[in-house]
Amino acid sequence: MRSLIRTHATEFSLLAVIIVISTVLSFATANFFSLGNAFDLLNISAVNIIFAVGLLVVLIAGGIDISFAVAASVVQYCTATALGWIGGGGWVSGLLIAGSLGVLLGCVNAFLIHRFRIISIVATISTFNIYFGLLMFFTRGVSIYDLPDWLTDRVILFEHEMPDGTWIEITLPVLVMVICVIATWMLITRTTVGRQLYAFGDNPEGARRFGINIGAMQFIAFGWLGLMAGIGGLIQAHYAQEVVPNALYGRELDVLAAVVLGGARLGGGKGSVLGCVLGVLLISITQNGLNLMGVSPFAFKMIVGAIILVAITLSNTRIERLLPFVGQKGGGR
Amino acid sequence: MHQATSATVGEKPLLSLRNINMTFGGVKALKNVSFEVRPGEVHCLAGENGCGKSTLIKVVTGVYRPADGAVIEYDGETYAHMSPVTAQDRGIKVIWQDLALFPEMSVAENIAFHEVVGRRPRLVDYGRMQRIATDALGRLGVSLDVDLPLKEYAIAQRQIVAIARALVGEAKLVFMDEPTASLTQSETDHLLDIVRNLSASGVAVVFVSHRLAEVLEISSRITVLRDGALVGVFPAAGMTQSRITELMTGKTFDQHVRARPKDDQPVVLDVRGLTRPGQFEDISLTVRRGETVGITGLLGAGRTELALALFGMLKPASGRISIEGKEVRFTSNRDAIKAGVAYLSEDRLSLGLIQPQSIADNLVIASLRKILSGGLLSDDRKRGLVSRWIADLGVRIGRQADAISTLSGGNQQRVAIAKWLATDPKILILDCPTVGVDVGARAGIFDIVAKLAESGLAIILISDEVPEVYFNADRVLHMAQGRIVGSYDPRQARLEDIEAAVYA
Amino acid sequence: MTAIFERVKTALGPEMAGPGLAFVAVVLVFGLASPQFLSAATFGSVAFQLPELGLLTLAMLLPILTGGLNLAITFTANIAGLTVAWVLRENGGVDAGVGIFIVGSLLALMVGAASGVVMGLVIAFTRAHPILVSLSMMIFLRGLGEFLTRGGDISGFPAFMGPIGHGSIAGIPVPLIVFIVCVLGWHVLLGRTKLGFNTYMIGSNLEATRYSGINTRKAIVLVYTLSGVMCAIAGIIMLARFNSVRIGHGESYLLITVLACFLGGVNPFGGFGRVIPVFVALVVLQLLSSGLNLIGANQHLATAVWGILLVGVMILRWVASKIRISIIRKGS
Repeated sequence: MRSLIRTHATEFSLLAVIIVISTVLSFATANFFSLGNAFDLLNISAVNIIFAVGLLVVLIAGGIDISFAVAASVVQYCTATALGWIGGGGWVSGLLIAGSLGVLLGCVNAFLIHRFRIISIVATISTFNIYFGLLMFFTRGVSIYDLPDWLTDRVILFEHEMPDGTWIEITLPVLVMVICVIATWMLITRTTVGRQLYAFGDNPEGARRFGINIGAMQFIAFGWLGLMAGIGGLIQAHYAQEVVPNALYGRELDVLAAVVLGGARLGGGKGSVLGCVLGVLLISITQNGLNLMGVSPFAFKMIVGAIILVAITLSNTRIERLLPFVGQKGGGR
Repeated sequence: MHQATSATVGEKPLLSLRNINMTFGGVKALKNVSFEVRPGEVHCLAGENGCGKSTLIKVVTGVYRPADGAVIEYDGETYAHMSPVTAQDRGIKVIWQDLALFPEMSVAENIAFHEVVGRRPRLVDYGRMQRIATDALGRLGVSLDVDLPLKEYAIAQRQIVAIARALVGEAKLVFMDEPTASLTQSETDHLLDIVRNLSASGVAVVFVSHRLAEVLEISSRITVLRDGALVGVFPAAGMTQSRITELMTGKTFDQHVRARPKDDQPVVLDVRGLTRPGQFEDISLTVRRGETVGITGLLGAGRTELALALFGMLKPASGRISIEGKEVRFTSNRDAIKAGVAYLSEDRLSLGLIQPQSIADNLVIASLRKILSGGLLSDDRKRGLVSRWIADLGVRIGRQADAISTLSGGNQQRVAIAKWLATDPKILILDCPTVGVDVGARAGIFDIVAKLAESGLAIILISDEVPEVYFNADRVLHMAQGRIVGSYDPRQARLEDIEAAVYA
Repeated sequence: MTAIFERVKTALGPEMAGPGLAFVAVVLVFGLASPQFLSAATFGSVAFQLPELGLLTLAMLLPILTGGLNLAITFTANIAGLTVAWVLRENGGVDAGVGIFIVGSLLALMVGAASGVVMGLVIAFTRAHPILVSLSMMIFLRGLGEFLTRGGDISGFPAFMGPIGHGSIAGIPVPLIVFIVCVLGWHVLLGRTKLGFNTYMIGSNLEATRYSGINTRKAIVLVYTLSGVMCAIAGIIMLARFNSVRIGHGESYLLITVLACFLGGVNPFGGFGRVIPVFVALVVLQLLSSGLNLIGANQHLATAVWGILLVGVMILRWVASKIRISIIRKGS
């Protein structure tokens, strides 16, 4: 157990914080502590979690990607247009188109990074501007409201009325989110490719000496994020029932904050799917709770920012100072 | 052709390299090198920094691809070049100087990492990795929690993990690149035992080390490289350290004890009962004007911690430090520098110098106030100051604006010394000043040290190589487990006796 | 003569090649494509647009040189603008005097500095990654701004503020004068002061800098503080130019400032980069968008072209390094 806490310190602290916040909120508000609200939270967070697990893979491999959110917007727009051409389509064709477009846009980043040795933050800030600029240029900022019915209809996979009158709903976004989370978890913990990604992020030179294909690592990491961005983009369009070209602009930094809050490290080699999901949930729960408490929506963004600032400050001092038993074993210099 | 009668000479080599050429950005790193290892032998690869040892290892293990015409014969097959996966599969293992481990991953994954590369199906079998790791550690007689991330362990244990990794699977040929650099003596002895056991069980070991005593103790043959070219292959029997040094550098050296009595000089640094629990205890010492006090001892003896306390970067729990009779208390190294203490770090690459930045900036960083003119930094003053020191210490440079990383180790160290001399120190602490400096350039560093002492500087010379302090200091202090346990006068004590005490 | 040339070359540094080349290319291409490009009108529009992005880029430059990043720049600028607006509104609104404006501006500079001090302290003492610290500061300030303004605009300022945003002195727009003064200030700061020197050293290796007796914590706090102050200057200029404050003003500039720094040859890991090449890079970006405007494209296409330009310059740098290696190879 102690060893488990030691190796998963971030996840345990996040869980503890979430429990504390939830306890406080369930006393402070009448509606927070209900299953209905819990499922609401999952519905709201689904898209961000999909983005987050994708970004996690890139961070683990030692990269960073600023462009994925606007890439998702590009995917949304192109998919909506393509679906129009093929006369409507359905979830299968929609996900296929969105997924492959996403992978393609992710691979553009990987290509620039690998072929021309451009550092990932430089490459993705460039593509961020290219994707967004071109999207706004070609769409002239016009939104698409005329989406196929299958895409805008809410898909409720399971619903149940609780004794207290609230409804439990599991919607399609949640299902897709769960699949993405499990798939990412499988990728990074159960496959050799995933372990190679960790190793590459942890010590690129060491990985190279083992004969790990560096180019493949870049394409897999950025391709995977592209896939998640594509799927997330389509789900967001489904959730919002419209395609607004700049709807996801700025989302990249919010997701980045959540993923890093979840224990991923800028610089690579570290991070877990659980931590990443908890990071997103912590932010959603705080927002949701403050909302239920009747705090002005303008104020709770500020509070969330302050919480992240404190959490990041603490999480950087925590390892050495707050948990005395976590430290170097043996004698060092 | 009739073979000679000796069994070892007639034996077919396990590895045989011919015509190995390697070029990086126009620089020839290997020139027509050949190299041979026999089954089960311990073979030493010797040479100065940058002579091509590491490059050669990378060619054998497939990290680098040699120029056309290369022939690599290994275990009955011929290759134009290796690949990392083939090398691994065919039993060629490496313990890299930088270990090439993955600190965030578990010990098990680090040891059984080959399970993750090139395995099919592409799924991870953690149970199997744990078994492989525990088994490999067991063969070394070590037990570690294989589920913990490697970063939880100290450097010596990481070294063990790197060795365990090399022993996984069927190892036939193991390369060890400076495996003892960060080990204490007992850990080194343990490692050498492991090497002997490997050799006895038929595994060939290629051993790279700058500690020539170790090399002579363990190896049967020695291949010497100089400037990327082969000097020759020599049997270890009958070799001496000085002969190897000559072969490596192409120069001859003679060393003599430089110690002179300095008892008539005033005391500059006086330390009384300095203690920092767990690191050093009850340290008392004096350094006089113009005196060089050598401190030796094993790694982890508390030498660097003591130096950092004298330099204001570690706070002692008790005891006092006086400089020229006045007691001083440092809250940071800035106070120490103001009081006239300078500290040359043992870790030149990451703490001593700022590698990407220019020679000039590295030289002036500690004495910026000297190049101020009207409150602003003056380029002219900087150039003047740098030119003066470069000339004074005989540093060979291209342009002042070149990155310090373009200089050789010896020249870098001279700049590092100049950087501290520019602060007008009274006391200069040199922590392992010859680490990463070629054997041939070390004498030059010590000539500078002698000249500085002559000019009246009080010097503390720290080194884990006893001969360095023996020949270059006026007094030698021996530190062990945080305490000073012996004091010697090189003019009376014998080198062998001090070495015996230190390495005991 | 060659000595002077050498001196100019070392003063500008190797970073100048990218933006210099881009400058020549942009002037040539648009000069040939559109006869109106090389006119006073183009340079007039560049001169008015340059300062906002430019001031924010200066605010971004210092943290990048230390190996960090300040993602809170745009919101720091707007919070500073809001401070001025608040002081003006509490003291007469449209009728407020120049004295009130000066007090407000000083307060705004202090607010900007405060945002920097907090980030600097957290970064210097906890060693948290600057991206995360400034990112959470950004989210906090955005929330704070939205809370204070309820997401709306604040306008209605005294008439004398117009000239600060739109006026000219001797034909040079006032914001441009402010910007050029700031550029020169940064140039001197980075090239000639101890803090500037330490900034570069910290960017390359913080620990080695500390071992050399530099107070690295103080330097980092100062760097972020100055970055915050520069944001505040940008905020005041933006306030005067738009004659209003909205918390989202200039939000899209955030990543463009990073782009401009990289285009100007600043090393993404810190330690290297100069002000003048960044200035040229900024001019190139504005010329590009003015040029595209002339041939009928909008700002969004310009944004995309900016991204392509950065990729192009990075690829050229890669090609140049390949060529250099092959020349060395032939030479030996």
